[in-house]
Amino acid sequence: MALHKTAIGPHGIRGVRILLSVDIKKNLGSFNLNVSFEAGNETLALLGASGCGKSMTLKCIAGIEKPDEGRITLGGKVLFDAQKNINLSPRLRRVGYLFQQYALFPNMTVLRNVVTGVRDNNKAQARNKALEALELMRLTGFEDKYPHQLSGGEQQRAALARILVNEPEILLLDEPFSALDSYLRWQLELELSQIMASYGGTAVYVSHNRDEVYRLCDSVCVLTEGRSEKKTRVRDLFDEPATLSACLLTGCKNYSRIKRLDDNLLEALDWGTVLRVSKPIGQNAAYVGMRAHYLRPVDSPGENTVECTVERVIEDVFSVVVMLGTPGGKSGYAQLRLETGKDKLTSFTQSNKILIYMDPGDLMVLKE
Amino acid sequence: MDWYPLINSLRIALISTFITFFLGILAAYYIAKTPRLIKGILDVILTLPLVLPPTVIGFFILKLMGPRGPVGSLLFDLFQTKVVMTWYSAIFATVIITFPLMYRTVRGAFESFDMTLKYAGQTLGLRNTYIFWHIMMPYCKQGIIAGTVLSFARALGEYGATSMVAGYTPGKTATISTTVYQLWRTGDDLLAYRWVAINVAISFVVLIAINFFERNYKKAGGKRSQYNGLA
Repeated sequence: MALHKTAIGPHGIRGVRILLSVDIKKNLGSFNLNVSFEAGNETLALLGASGCGKSMTLKCIAGIEKPDEGRITLGGKVLFDAQKNINLSPRLRRVGYLFQQYALFPNMTVLRNVVTGVRDNNKAQARNKALEALELMRLTGFEDKYPHQLSGGEQQRAALARILVNEPEILLLDEPFSALDSYLRWQLELELSQIMASYGGTAVYVSHNRDEVYRLCDSVCVLTEGRSEKKTRVRDLFDEPATLSACLLTGCKNYSRIKRLDDNLLEALDWGTVLRVSKPIGQNAAYVGMRAHYLRPVDSPGENTVECTVERVIEDVFSVVVMLGTPGGKSGYAQLRLETGKDKLTSFTQSNKILIYMDPGDLMVLKE
Repeated sequence: MDWYPLINSLRIALISTFITFFLGILAAYYIAKTPRLIKGILDVILTLPLVLPPTVIGFFILKLMGPRGPVGSLLFDLFQTKVVMTWYSAIFATVIITFPLMYRTVRGAFESFDMTLKYAGQTLGLRNTYIFWHIMMPYCKQGIIAGTVLSFARALGEYGATSMVAGYTPGKTATISTTVYQLWRTGDDLLAYRWVAINVAISFVVLIAINFFERNYKKAGGKRSQYNGLA
């Protein structure tokens, strides 16, 4: 089985060698796609809201769509170069594309689906390779079934078997769990993470779901309305997002415009308070962000402590969401969202004043 | 009873369906890929025979293929043969009249084709001809069969254009529909009823076949959407 042959080098050099390099522009009508990133031997996430051009970027890498300008290379091979007029056909690009709905051929059995993926003209060998891949994907016994007879998870594994026998040089995953309910989603994610770990090559993972990206990917490139930001490690994006849009994508609910007062001191204009932060504030800082889980009610006033009004208390399944009004806002208008465990439910009463502490280490200073 | 009209009708319908089958699929495949404006224009032109009276089509064919028409005179000069008022003249008429039925049905089927299947095939290294014959055609099978049966039925019942370009010569160009008209004109009710009965029987079979394929088509569509829901 040549599954590992496709990954260049052992796991040890992950992230060292650049395998995929993308720098493209494309007019998409309502906005321009302008994406630039490089990926080594890693799982790179393209994270962005729906319709920001993530899937279009994948399609350009695969050769299904043609960019207007730029260049795409994969492991030394030029896939696309607008200047040199190179646009390699998708057949020759050797990309493994996992589509949202898996795109199994509905008129073919599982085995034939996988056999069509083998780039080997010898029929007996192709069949053997396909059978091996099906065994690897725990689909032995499903050879003669049709795609519509499989569960979502089995379909995903069949599609992956078809991709892996194709010996791609890169995996492109287009929101593989977008159409699933949460339980099945979790199951499939576990399976996919195992398969990706054993694959060990380069993968580009498109998603709008920050949790998936956090669990499955090594690095991440945020896309906002077609523009890509600098690639960062996934942990860094969640700990220290650089821009407001990246911060919101990582699930941060609270942000305020700021005025820089000092290297470590800022005025949060929307919250109406002065806050100290642990890291130096850059000249182009425009916002401060604070995660809902990190807001802490305290008993005594002090630095970084804001007096808020409880506007609403919303009971969730396992948590409590408290909407708070700050000194910077009009009364009756909540700007802060606090989330905490359900055991704390009784400590919040509507319209009561409450002191909220924001730890300097938890505050994220953001660019536009 | 002279069975010639039945045989003639069947062979005209079969041959013209065969031709329309390929022309319709070809047109549907390539026109589906053209830009919107060109698609719209071609669509109107190719669908015109569906709404024009068959006599208008017959008129155009006669003007073009008749002994003094540009194509007709050329063919006469080359092969010393005339192409109107023969049994196969009716094929020109039926191909033109059935073409829109095939083209539109197949185009509808192609438009419902899930393009990601094509993209998946391409990224796996499959050739476009393979994708067309082994993935796209089976996927659109029901629509293609429905279009073919519909074209056959229409070809079998064609009267207006056929009577103009092939005329009515017993034992030579007579079809069921022209025969029924002729028998009514000469007052031969008994024989007319027989041909009417035969015609009704054939139409019955064809319509049942269409319903059968349509039901299967819906069933297959249901299956597909269920498969998509799971995925």
